[in-house]
Amino acid sequence: MATTLLAIGTRKGLWLATSEDRRDWSLSAPHFLMTEVPSIGIDTRDGRRRLMVGVRSEHFGPTVLHSDDLGETWDEPAGGAIGFPADTGAAVERIWQLQPDSADRPGVVWAGCEPISVWRSDDGGEHFELCRGLWDHPHRAEWGAGYGGAAAHSVVPGPEGTVHVAMSTGGVYRTRDGGGSWQPRNSGISAYFMPGPTPEFGQCVHKIARDAADPRRLYAQNHHGVYRSDDDGDSWTSISDGLPSDFGFAMLADPRRGGRIWVVPLVADGERIPPGGELAVHRSDDAGATWRRLATGLPTHEYNAVLRDAACVDVGDPVGVYVGTRGGEVYASADEGESFRTVASHLPDVLCVRAAVLP
Amino acid sequence: MTVRVLLPRLLADCTGGRTSMSLDLPADVTVRALLDVLAVEHPVFDRRVRDETGALRRHVNVYVDGEEVRRLAGLVTPVPAGAEVMVVQSVAGG
Repeated sequence: MATTLLAIGTRKGLWLATSEDRRDWSLSAPHFLMTEVPSIGIDTRDGRRRLMVGVRSEHFGPTVLHSDDLGETWDEPAGGAIGFPADTGAAVERIWQLQPDSADRPGVVWAGCEPISVWRSDDGGEHFELCRGLWDHPHRAEWGAGYGGAAAHSVVPGPEGTVHVAMSTGGVYRTRDGGGSWQPRNSGISAYFMPGPTPEFGQCVHKIARDAADPRRLYAQNHHGVYRSDDDGDSWTSISDGLPSDFGFAMLADPRRGGRIWVVPLVADGERIPPGGELAVHRSDDAGATWRRLATGLPTHEYNAVLRDAACVDVGDPVGVYVGTRGGEVYASADEGESFRTVASHLPDVLCVRAAVLP
Repeated sequence: MTVRVLLPRLLADCTGGRTSMSLDLPADVTVRALLDVLAVEHPVFDRRVRDETGALRRHVNVYVDGEEVRRLAGLVTPVPAGAEVMVVQSVAGG
């Protein structure tokens, strides 16, 4: 079987785990020790083995580095991979998302950053260019900051120039021209923390994911609320019935099978712990109509949250599911969430995980 | 004029392993101009110390002869001949 790579970004460094069977894992020494790693992208298109990381030092700021040898060496351009043009007067605070585009656009990688901004690279993540259409959007002055900062934290590329982004707080925006123009797409998504009727934008959508079979179908984990859109984000309907809570951060879609998604519920925004103090993922195989709790191998005593990017899937068959906690535990499932095994324990807070079956 | 520059050990991988150097600079140079000179040979070091607007990063301190430049004139603080300029990370994080 091919090697699977699981990259674990934490508050104090990056760890790389590898496995031949996705059951027994070897964990590397830490990379970038004492440096926050809030974003990871693994690019396996065209036979690549490129690892990209958005690191951030509390002292020395953020940067994007890449490695083509599984972390043996890391590179960054002297002038930096990402930085605001001078006329903006802005500076990148944190790279929240590094997302390779689809296989038919092999050089394209997207980044989502704080302050709220989306970036596109056409050279595999070595240089990023600011999407001016979103930066110059008339709504930008009204976008707010979630607890973690004001960031475009989710970038979900789709077919034919369509990209959906989610930001906290601002909600979902969509472009259909590859990033030139952007429209808010939040109809039906709650913003209970704002007075008055539900606004056109300003929602605190925590994570979005696209369905594998129908690219016009999307799923959202909101700041209270779990939703599905069947019309490319034009409208959203609740799919939270059957879940123990509609709060959480992660939203995962199966890359092989339409209609299958996973969430990791937390009690509420004022109580960010797993329901009952027991960690569980919940899976739906019918696009959110029904849910099943999956907890085999997960701890029955867990008071740490799973952050929005601290859960991921791979493209293995069956699909692997990975979850990391703010308590530094990382769990892997080789059977679509039916059972989990511990990959790593006692790491710093897990900020993000990304997994890929290596070519 | 000659200025002695002390650099943080944590950034030695961006300065060819050096943690101190002497720079020959024109008279009446400022901290900003000194950093601009350093940036020519050590652009990654510069990005670690200043953001893309040119501002000193919040948790990086620069001392000119023992005085922290934020208490002086910031990046336009003059650097006198023979000065010792120290770039150092502040006490931050956990």
